[in-house]
Amino acid sequence: MSATSTQPKSPARRRFLQDAARGTAGCAVAGMSLAWFVQDARALPDRAIRPPGALPEDDFLAACIRCGLCVRDCPYDTLVLAELGIDGAATGTPFFTARDVPCEMCEDIPCVVACPTGALDHELTDIDDSRMGLAVLIDQENCLNALGLRCDVCYRVCPVIDEAITLERRHNERSGHHAIFMPVVHSDHCTGCGKCEKSCVLPGEAAIKVLPIRVAQADQAEHYKRSWDENTPLVDEIIDLPDRLPGTGTDNLAAPGGFEPTFKLPQGATTGGVGQ
Amino acid sequence: MSDKTALPVGAEAIRDKGYWLAYRFLILRRLSQSFFLSLFLLGPWFGIWWVKGNLSGSLTFNVLPLTDPFISLQSIVAGHWPEMTALIGALIVGAVYALIGGRVYCSWVCPINPVTDAASWLHRKLDLPKGWQPKRGTKYFMLAMVLGVSVLTGTVAWEFVNPISMLHRGLIFGVGFAWALVIGVFLFDLVLARRGWCGHLCPVGAFYGLLGGKSLLRVSALERAACDDCMDCFAVCPEMQVITPALRGKDADSPLILSPDCTNCGRCIDVCSVNVFHFTHRFDETPAPGRVRDRTNPAPKVGKAA
Repeated sequence: MSATSTQPKSPARRRFLQDAARGTAGCAVAGMSLAWFVQDARALPDRAIRPPGALPEDDFLAACIRCGLCVRDCPYDTLVLAELGIDGAATGTPFFTARDVPCEMCEDIPCVVACPTGALDHELTDIDDSRMGLAVLIDQENCLNALGLRCDVCYRVCPVIDEAITLERRHNERSGHHAIFMPVVHSDHCTGCGKCEKSCVLPGEAAIKVLPIRVAQADQAEHYKRSWDENTPLVDEIIDLPDRLPGTGTDNLAAPGGFEPTFKLPQGATTGGVGQ
Repeated sequence: MSDKTALPVGAEAIRDKGYWLAYRFLILRRLSQSFFLSLFLLGPWFGIWWVKGNLSGSLTFNVLPLTDPFISLQSIVAGHWPEMTALIGALIVGAVYALIGGRVYCSWVCPINPVTDAASWLHRKLDLPKGWQPKRGTKYFMLAMVLGVSVLTGTVAWEFVNPISMLHRGLIFGVGFAWALVIGVFLFDLVLARRGWCGHLCPVGAFYGLLGGKSLLRVSALERAACDDCMDCFAVCPEMQVITPALRGKDADSPLILSPDCTNCGRCIDVCSVNVFHFTHRFDETPAPGRVRDRTNPAPKVGKAA
């Protein structure tokens, strides 16, 4: 041990270092608690649907100041601010529950206009472009249309009727001679307004529900090619393979000029099929 | 320390100045707090939508946007550049508090202030021990911590727990279990740490204090020569450390209370029976002689007793 390390340091310096260390340690503990709480609290429940134009959830929580101006300007009282410990969304952030009050898709989108921070993206000017969520016919056993009845309510109330929801005619296997008009949602038109969920006639839970897109939609399989969507063949040019049928050769004995192969085929190989 | 120290806090002021002057700024402050709260409540309760929103962000008469600058700052460090409306609102609020004193927000507007004032009043009545007293700088560590967590999590971090906005938003939009946080702050101040929350820990207060560090509106111990050491101002002041340099200063020292911790609550003006304190501006250079002391009989060290 060197002589200098046993020298008493200045008390002021020592106090400063102690205070700084205590403050830093205290802040680290408090900061970790807060960070943990933030991570925990920002898990958005699947039934809480954000307003039109809401940024992706991670960006939304950086942008939303929880002022509630979107709630105030919503003419249908659709939007509410989450209450601590009651609603699952981060406290004070706006959301709606489609089964209670769905979005009426106002053409002037007052909630987005009211947002002072851009947590609701001001780029959204056509409500048909909004993607609050995606409707999913989640219970295909109790949906009346799926049972072969003609309820059609979700289809009828859809603000983007015949585009966001279509009725696809199928054969009714149960009766054998009726049709099933199956409601089918199309993600390229569904805004996630929730009017279908609200109006589903089933008691209690709806058969068709609006879910956040992150829950409702899978990622496209990039490693499969959809030949009907994209006209990009695997090879650049058409490969002209040699034509073999219906010409003469060892694989077409029936054609005029067909001949037996020079090599020995396994027993029965040449007579397989028609003759037996 | 004088014989008056033993009297109940504010007793001489009521006797000498009357009830109104002895409680003037306290009453005005409660009126101000009620006024700002009721502005926001007019809409949801009576359908008069002069002011929409809450203290985090609001729109008055559909023209004037106001935004909390501290929340905007967290939003920016979290990675979101707000729209112009929010930025203008934050600039207006920031400019006003930079002029009249940042912590004027704390004592004249903040809805948590009546809660911690009530805790402090009860604390004095029950004569409880002062408990844990974090260092004065702790709130700046808290401020740094909140901004750090905002950066790390990419969120407006303090708004997940902020008792101020929880209470204010709760009263206007529906409270949920946010009242638990308010009771928590009350009990913390009452039992664990006297004047613990607002002065020592709250990062919002720390931010506004820094914002108003050079503000114009100040309290001055202009008549400090008349001080009779009754200690009532120290008893009622939520940031009692700010009084000493002004009140106990020598002739050459400024009588202005220049600490950013001072909330301009004016309570010291109320309780002083000899009218030592006045509101003035920071450039007020009216000469204010210190108390005349006999060199052979120096003033007792009252600062420590406080």
